[in-house]
Amino acid sequence: MASLAFPASARLSSRRFVEAVMRAREFGIVAVLVVFVVVTTSVQPRFFDNQNIKFVFSNAVIYALLALGETVVVISRNYDLSVGSVLGLSAYLSSDLFQRAHGIPIVGVFAVGLAIGVGCGAVNGAIVAVARVPSLVVTLATLYIYRATDVLIIGGGMVVANTLPGGFLSIPTSSVGPVPYLAIAVAAAVAAAAYYLGTFRPGRDLYAIGSNPEAARLAGVPTGKRVFWGFVVSGGVAGLAGVLWAATYGTIDSTAGYGYELTVIAAVVVGGVNIFGGSGTVVGAALGALLLATINQALYVLGISSFWDPAIDGALILAAISLDHWITVRLTSALRKRSVRGAA
Amino acid sequence: MGTDKPLLVLEHVSKSFGAVQALDDASIELFAGEAHALVGENGAGKSTLVKMLAGVHRPDRGRLLIDGREAVLSSPAAARAAGIAVIYQEPTLFPDLSVAENIFMGRQPLRRGRRIDKKLMRRQVVEILKPLGVGLDPDRLCRGLSIADQQIVEIAKALSLDARVIVMDEPTAALSAYEVERLFGAVGALRHNGAAVLFISHRLEEVFQICQRATVMRDGRRVLCAPVSSLSAGDLVRAMVGRDMEARGDGMRRVPGEPVLQVERLTREGVFVDISFEVRSGEVVALAGLVGAGRSEVARAIFGIDSYDAGSVKVGGKPLRKGAPVAAMAAGVGLVPEDRRLQGLVMELSTAANIGLASLGRLRRYRLLRRAVERRFAEEWATRLRLKYGRLSDAVSTLSGGNQQKVVLAKWLSRNPRVLIVDEPTRGIDVATKAEVHRLLADLARSGVAVLMISSELPEVLAVADRVLVMREGRLVAALGGEEATEQTIVAAATGQAEVAA
Repeated sequence: MASLAFPASARLSSRRFVEAVMRAREFGIVAVLVVFVVVTTSVQPRFFDNQNIKFVFSNAVIYALLALGETVVVISRNYDLSVGSVLGLSAYLSSDLFQRAHGIPIVGVFAVGLAIGVGCGAVNGAIVAVARVPSLVVTLATLYIYRATDVLIIGGGMVVANTLPGGFLSIPTSSVGPVPYLAIAVAAAVAAAAYYLGTFRPGRDLYAIGSNPEAARLAGVPTGKRVFWGFVVSGGVAGLAGVLWAATYGTIDSTAGYGYELTVIAAVVVGGVNIFGGSGTVVGAALGALLLATINQALYVLGISSFWDPAIDGALILAAISLDHWITVRLTSALRKRSVRGAA
Repeated sequence: MGTDKPLLVLEHVSKSFGAVQALDDASIELFAGEAHALVGENGAGKSTLVKMLAGVHRPDRGRLLIDGREAVLSSPAAARAAGIAVIYQEPTLFPDLSVAENIFMGRQPLRRGRRIDKKLMRRQVVEILKPLGVGLDPDRLCRGLSIADQQIVEIAKALSLDARVIVMDEPTAALSAYEVERLFGAVGALRHNGAAVLFISHRLEEVFQICQRATVMRDGRRVLCAPVSSLSAGDLVRAMVGRDMEARGDGMRRVPGEPVLQVERLTREGVFVDISFEVRSGEVVALAGLVGAGRSEVARAIFGIDSYDAGSVKVGGKPLRKGAPVAAMAAGVGLVPEDRRLQGLVMELSTAANIGLASLGRLRRYRLLRRAVERRFAEEWATRLRLKYGRLSDAVSTLSGGNQQKVVLAKWLSRNPRVLIVDEPTRGIDVATKAEVHRLLADLARSGVAVLMISSELPEVLAVADRVLVMREGRLVAALGGEEATEQTIVAAATGQAEVAA
């Protein structure tokens, strides 16, 4: 061998470091959340009363649910911009059933909302997976198409609260103490999704696809199938969120869920999910949604104009992405130092 | 092996892409327990053959036999199921996932309820890595792994699959000597388990070191297949190029002129310290040293890609502004970087556009690029450097590695540089093109260019350079001229066994 190269070998376990960083991501959001709550409460003690907490939670659940679905898609290096439109379509069509099909059980309405979402998601997924069109373009198109369909069906009309059964409207408001049952249900769903993505093959496949699509294909991962189902999950979750939206707000016209997709992606990014796929958790994304909802409410309670809300969301996104970039750079160099030097 | 039936046979396979006949009635037989070398110049059809085994391409004609039965590899998954594993020069891993997950992706061990058994997976990875003598942490993310470690992950993957045929496509191209030894150990372990290893390399000494048989390909055909013990390096080279290689003539010694590139006390904190040297017109100076000694970083600083903290660079006596590649180019400096695919070329652009890329000022009129002029310009340089290409308008990624490197060289030579810095100019390039590049560098020097060459291959350093500078850990530790420069003195200086005054 005439090659002039020897390594200065030094190999340490990097496991603890990596784990610490990963845990720190979720911990960081919780920390920001706590700071926000403490500061806001110290300025305006009313912030920490039951009514307010309940309000934050009921705002957060819909975003958290959407963020769960969005995360499944983003992990695989795709985007679903149509979630707001799917929510709107599902919110109207499902709640309208109480008038059209008298005596329909509430479970049936949820099933219809879920089916609408799954249908919309399947269309997105099929175009992305089969026709191999970038998901950003596909879901931008369906964002308009689903919304247009919504407008076409509703026209100038709307569903109003007095046509909806009381049992339906009380779903978002029933709670144990300040915590709505719904928040507990969504938390359970997030935990289940996190467990699934972490411990089942299809879940790990999604991470693999997002981390390196070509390598995933070479490893025999059915990439098209996984991406398709990712969109179905995102759509289905948005469909369910639509029904919850209807129950929460009671009045549904064709603007329901308008612009939600950007808030959801903001929550996902703030929650530490890599926008280019491969890493991040649904827990982080849900916490991101909770953080955004908390800030929103805090501004309201503090009497600050909601005009500032988007600006703060924007600043948070920049902070989250900068942090993400910084962590990736530091992580890469730390990992490199911990492995054998060599191979220029 | 010997009287046994072969594990895998490719029989009279042909494959063409458009008008290019990549494989033409080629055959190869692999036996259990052998390391089989596949050598040939760039463009001889090795890659196509590998991709056929990987299930990426299917033969137009001919057939594939596994255990004597005909098999069709319709996809990478089918190839894997058939027991064939391919380890590419630059492995494709999942940077965000752990080593263990990378090895078991898509086929993780399961426990009750179809859940992934992470403990079992980790245990299996530890067991697989043990005979390879590698202390990789199964839970470590693959982000930041060296190429050598990435290959180890790929080999572990092959082992976990019980692959019986393992194809290694130029695995040693980017490895240090120590890592190559470790890789060869792994190849031994694979053979011991009864696998057949198809080993592709441009380094003939490696073929003689670890392989039992060798197949030589040229122009898509098999031109030689014989036990390595019956072959000499000359036999292989002759079969590869189809003619005898001309020995390098030392007859035309060059006479160095004025110093063109002067580097004084250049320092970039934590990277290199107090680097001073000069390169005169008409001489080739080699910058030798271990990988990671800071050689490429010095080159980058001179060219202005990175800034530096202290010191100065002068070209033709005039100081060069730091951190400004445009100023360096204007002063007549060219840099052929280490990684031609990432830094040297725009892979999606045509060959013609790549050749003209550094000379756009001369190819335009009224600030508009004239394609016809660009094409004529590219044609001229392609002819001068004896470039092998289909059409100049095709993407440069369609060229073989050696020809891609010629395109990078053409890009800079066409600017008539006064100083040319070449970083690992022949990495991953076949023997014949390598000799051409060496000749080219010598011709350049003869025409008065100051050439600074970074190389990790000692024979190359000794063959091409007039003087050798040796770096170690960011410092210049030796300057060896003429007779002083031998493999022993360079290695001694590079490894710190002997300090020679710089």
